[in-house]
Amino acid sequence: MAKIQRTKLSKERIRSAWIFLTPMFICLAVVAIYPLITTINYSFTDARLGDLYNYNYVGWFHYETLFFYDEWWWVSVKNTFIFSFFSVFFETIIGVTFALILNNNMPARGIVRAAILIPWAIPTIVNAKMFQWMFNQQFGVFNEILMDLSIISEPIAFLAYPDSSMAAAIIVDVWKTTPFITLLTLAALQMIPTDIYESTRIDGVSSWKVFWNITLPLIKPTLVIAIIFRTLDALRVFDLLYVLTTNSRETASMSVYARQWLVDFMEVGQGSAASTLLFAFLTIATILYLIITKTSFDRQGVY
Amino acid sequence: MKLSLKIIATFFVALMMSFNVFAAKITITMGGDDERAMREHYRFALDWAEKNGHEIGYVYRPASATDTLNLYQQICSSGSSDIDIFMIDVIWPGIFADCAYDLNNIFDDAHKADFFEGIVGNNTVGGKYVAVPYFTDAGLLYYRTDLLDKYGKSPPSTWSELAETAQFIQDKERAAGNAKMQGFVWQGAAYEGLTCDGIEWVNSFGGGNIIEADGTVSINNPNAIAALKTAASWVGTISPEDVVTYKEEDARGVWQTGNAVFMRNWPYAWSRSQADDSPIKDNVGAMALPGGGSDGKMTGALGGWQLMVNKNSKNPEIAADLIRHMTSVEVMKTKAIDTSNLPTRPVLYDDPDVKAANPFFGMLFDTFNNAVARPSTVSHKYYGQVSNVFFNEVHSVLTGSKSAEDAAAAMEKDLKALSRKF
Repeated sequence: MAKIQRTKLSKERIRSAWIFLTPMFICLAVVAIYPLITTINYSFTDARLGDLYNYNYVGWFHYETLFFYDEWWWVSVKNTFIFSFFSVFFETIIGVTFALILNNNMPARGIVRAAILIPWAIPTIVNAKMFQWMFNQQFGVFNEILMDLSIISEPIAFLAYPDSSMAAAIIVDVWKTTPFITLLTLAALQMIPTDIYESTRIDGVSSWKVFWNITLPLIKPTLVIAIIFRTLDALRVFDLLYVLTTNSRETASMSVYARQWLVDFMEVGQGSAASTLLFAFLTIATILYLIITKTSFDRQGVY
Repeated sequence: MKLSLKIIATFFVALMMSFNVFAAKITITMGGDDERAMREHYRFALDWAEKNGHEIGYVYRPASATDTLNLYQQICSSGSSDIDIFMIDVIWPGIFADCAYDLNNIFDDAHKADFFEGIVGNNTVGGKYVAVPYFTDAGLLYYRTDLLDKYGKSPPSTWSELAETAQFIQDKERAAGNAKMQGFVWQGAAYEGLTCDGIEWVNSFGGGNIIEADGTVSINNPNAIAALKTAASWVGTISPEDVVTYKEEDARGVWQTGNAVFMRNWPYAWSRSQADDSPIKDNVGAMALPGGGSDGKMTGALGGWQLMVNKNSKNPEIAADLIRHMTSVEVMKTKAIDTSNLPTRPVLYDDPDVKAANPFFGMLFDTFNNAVARPSTVSHKYYGQVSNVFFNEVHSVLTGSKSAEDAAAAMEKDLKALSRKF
């Protein structure tokens, strides 16, 4: 008797869940799934911007071009991964460090917490333009400081060369997105009951061990989410590189490459193929992260 | 489409006119380098509307040419009639030929003969008169008259003279405590502007036009290679190393704060340099860009904007009439005086008022008339890719990651592959 009632109840709950979820699925279908399918469809055609309705199917032609004939696609893939890896790596380390510091009771904690949000609040374009001036060879504040400290004798043209402009882009991105990691980590840290720390203090456990064996496992689910978000974000980097660097194909990311084919060259087919591959990379990255970190979202319940 | 257009348009004004049987609303998309030029364009359109009892809709185009191109392509591909008149770049007639109303229906040969022949030719695609030349542009060399006088130098007629003078003055000025002085600033970032600078160097050395009018890829020749080597030798000597990140306004930023002896830029920089708040006011000269060697050609890249009627426009004849007004002698003359917009009518270069406002106009008439066109007509829909190959390879030479010989060979290979599609 009791069993039947539960089933009935859960059936009802499942039904209402579907009813509540339907609007979201419709929204997703319109804003995400439809464009995605359109893009994948275009990637097999010779469509051109300016005449999007007359096209022929060309099979895997664009993918073959990308894989075997266009060295610049692979340069953009390499750039994107270098950018994503270093940017996420540094902002995770710095972000968690900041969160640990802010989690302590310290004076003016509220103000400091608000202050670290400022980089996150500045639009990327403004950010990129601002740093472009700071990295400027003639008038840039970085060169000014390095010259004053006699670290360098001649001003450096940071943004002129592919390697140094990639490093500059990573620095700007770390500066901008560290607060994101900090905030999420801080929220997770504050969920940890303080009595756990009290008992470790009584047992005389070293603070490094406490961090490694207690704090880190407890914040891991949150941190994984934060890192996945940031990685997905970094893999589709566009605006920062587009504005900050010289815009040559030596520093292009996958998104910059795809936009160039879609807009500048008007070859929607090739651009869509590049976008589809970028989408594939994002999917693979997400799956890999979930497998490697073995995070079960069901078990955590909160998500 | 209608909705997104309205979102994109940052400036949209409609003026209701009284009961006129022939009243039509003509929406025009224009805009310029700045607010002032934009207001000028709009004012002339309004004059015409008031006189003829029509109505004007004005859509301010995005400041970036690339974004503008993208917007126009969306409008054209959707078959929309929202915009009647497009202001298009000199390299776009090939791209928009399919979307253009044939202005041969309106303007006869006698009317066309009043404009620069080269630009009318550029705007004619497969016999179709795509757009009327509105104002033209050509790359210029700006120099500081006070600095040249101070060191007893004269304006250079070859690139090697320029390098020598620039180095000399830069060294002297820096020794005198002016540490930020640069010899020569120009546009070295990897974008369309570098294609303009690059084709000027190549052309001035007698190295051709990248792709010739008959479709031959000509870039891999000794003169072009010599030109690229010369340009690369400036980076880090007379030009700052980060000149390879400069666009027009970056170069003008260094120039107008008084920190450069020479600058390559478009005519718009003249009225800015001579503005009342400019630190270098009255110390500015402009001339044609130097030639490659003693027998080199003094040249400049052809730029400028054209007015085109959308073939989907509901009132193409009325729209064309507005173009007739906007490209009339009177309007062009006012614009030349107020905003240094170069007229596309040769007759205005002899006009005393225009000459007084822009002393370099008359002197440079030949340059404007013979400006080197980028290979956009021959490569029409593929021009974007042609330009991209060119400016990226030139950029590699400037940053030293490739030799001029390797870059020229790579360009030849890529452009030949591309030109099969033309």
